[in-house]
Amino acid sequence: MALLEIQDLHASVDGHEILKGLNLTVNAGEVHSIMGPNGSGKSTLAAVLARRETYAVTRGRVLFEGKDLLEMKPEDAACEGVFLAFQYPVEIPGIGNAYFVRSAMNAIRKFHGQDELDAMDFLPLYKERMKILEMDDKLVNRSVNEGFSGGEKKRNEILQMAMLEPKLAILDETDSGLDIDALRIVAKGVNAMRGPDRAFLVITHYQRLLDYITPDFVHVLVDGKIVRSGGPELALELEDKGYGPTEADVPQALPA
Amino acid sequence: MSTTANNTGNENAMATATGKLGTYLGAYGELIAERQDRDPVWLRQLREDAWQRFYAKGFPTTHDEDWRFTNLAALARTPFQLAVKGSVTVTAGQIEKFRVPGAGCRLVFVNGHFAPELSEVGDLPDTLEICSLERAIAKAMEGSAPEGCAPEGIEQHLGRYADVRRDVFSALNTALWEDGAYLRIHRGAVIEQPIHLLYVSAGAGAAIMTHPRTLIVAEPTSHAAVIEDYVSIGEETAFSNAVTELVAGQDAVVSHFLVGRENLAAFNVSTLRLELARGTNVSSHSILLGGGLVRNNVHPVLAGEGAECLINGLFVGAGRQHLDNYMLVEHAQPQCSSRQFYNGILDDRARGVFHGRIVVHKDAQKTDAKQTNRNLLLSDDARIDTKPQLEIYADDVKCTHGATIGQIEEEQLFYLRSRGIEESSARNLLLYAFAAECLDRMNDSPAREFVAELIRERLTDLAQNHQAAASAAPAKEQAQNWEEVG
Repeated sequence: MALLEIQDLHASVDGHEILKGLNLTVNAGEVHSIMGPNGSGKSTLAAVLARRETYAVTRGRVLFEGKDLLEMKPEDAACEGVFLAFQYPVEIPGIGNAYFVRSAMNAIRKFHGQDELDAMDFLPLYKERMKILEMDDKLVNRSVNEGFSGGEKKRNEILQMAMLEPKLAILDETDSGLDIDALRIVAKGVNAMRGPDRAFLVITHYQRLLDYITPDFVHVLVDGKIVRSGGPELALELEDKGYGPTEADVPQALPA
Repeated sequence: MSTTANNTGNENAMATATGKLGTYLGAYGELIAERQDRDPVWLRQLREDAWQRFYAKGFPTTHDEDWRFTNLAALARTPFQLAVKGSVTVTAGQIEKFRVPGAGCRLVFVNGHFAPELSEVGDLPDTLEICSLERAIAKAMEGSAPEGCAPEGIEQHLGRYADVRRDVFSALNTALWEDGAYLRIHRGAVIEQPIHLLYVSAGAGAAIMTHPRTLIVAEPTSHAAVIEDYVSIGEETAFSNAVTELVAGQDAVVSHFLVGRENLAAFNVSTLRLELARGTNVSSHSILLGGGLVRNNVHPVLAGEGAECLINGLFVGAGRQHLDNYMLVEHAQPQCSSRQFYNGILDDRARGVFHGRIVVHKDAQKTDAKQTNRNLLLSDDARIDTKPQLEIYADDVKCTHGATIGQIEEEQLFYLRSRGIEESSARNLLLYAFAAECLDRMNDSPAREFVAELIRERLTDLAQNHQAAASAAPAKEQAQNWEEVG
């Protein structure tokens, strides 16, 4: 059974259809990259998979480990093992970073009938993973993302992923706005988590990230559909030639 | 200058509270007769003046600008009675749950009467005098002070600050008070543990009113924290009309906590009058979580140069709770600073009011006054009226005010949920983060821990109710509709 099975997915926001019959199969252990021009539906796909309610699925189905993902609330999808690294991580004043992650871990553990982690068990693990992402210790008790630089926010997303250990991690343009050092650190964090039980959906605009995170498959998303799929070499070709003639057909773009 | 946000029309704003003062007249007559041998002459005079004020004016209506958003009709038409002393027995077990961990001592009052058997004064330093106000006065009359209490200065302070001319509730309290706490913290004394004053309303079959009177005298350079705590036993309606005068001597540092956690049928009017001498640092923290109709008056007068006052509050309402906060901050002397921060959380059909009045008198140059009121409305029917009012008679001052009204941000909620935190918990976390801003302004102390825990419990209830309401049919109407015309 595939980890993620997307069949004929149609989704719209505010009455605009954005995904127009998307098919994709992701198996555990694979890294898939979704590339495509602005407005092609990349972020919509990420949002639908993370169960953001502002996107209406009008047709098709999505199975996660054989279960209907579209029936799940965001928290249930997360507990089942879906993780979205946000393109624009949200600032939450008043909630401490570490406290937040521990609450999330415990929510997921509770879902699986496991005991909660106390602060003593949690903190050493958290700090160790922070170190891999070269994050400053002082961020532990700061409010979630509040006053973080762009790079710190993205690293914080990867840190959360490292702590929550999802089965499917969706990286929504995690590379955008990152300088090359931050990009390398983020990639290091992702690569450290690659393994036979985990899959990645790396959504990106640029080939650059894929220099560091080598995908098994690359898909080109244009106008709500996957128009080409291939191996890592496809990303290089796209870098060279762009998204090809189809790009001109993209309607006046909605924000990705 | 008025910022008013509302979701519904102020349909009954013009309703009048037709005062039925007869029951109050009867109560006053009985009280005076019963106490004529006990009250000293000065006190009888104080009561009589105040009574005349109250009786002449009656309860305010919504025509009164200070009561524009709070309709007292339901209060005015309820025939409240003073409780007969000892008519209700409250056991130590019943009030155990109201204990403040880490408090140094506790005075308990049941339906307005001191309950020595429930109070715990333990080993107190000689520098702290604490006893029932009525006892202190009675003993002073006899010429012998109760143990640990030398009630000199009561006459000097009691009733001298509360404004019975402007405020009829202060007048009513001054006329009808039966008991309350008397505290004197000696010069230079540092009282580490908070002092807990527990005012209990316990159902007595009839609608009971109490007029607790508290006098706190913090002598120069003393430090203390006092928690004034209003609770109910049972679900019956009651009316607490409290007045506290807190007098801070030069360079004293005092924190006052008002905790409102009565039942949803309760009426509570609390007036805190703070008198700040030169160089004092006084904090007022109001945590309003319970009560059906609540009016929280905080009236500091910065009467000495360089005084600092923090006026910090949180009000959380659901169902049909009505929580009205009336701040009157008077800057009377130069170089003083005042900071007002009130956060409100309102769900269901709850209604909140924040009226922040700052008066800067002519001599109060270099005043630095700031006021912030932030509100979260959790339902379409919740409502907040927020009104800053600045009156400035000096010419070199800095006064700022601001108010915000918003909802829980869906983006934040989704972010938390996308990490596996279920919706009610996520809401709760966000509410707590908003509410906890008031905790950040409190010094680390048992008092802070105590209110933090109360806030946590209240918000957990709110989040669960919210979710239950969202998934169930429209909730049954709770409590009374305070907007009804009397």
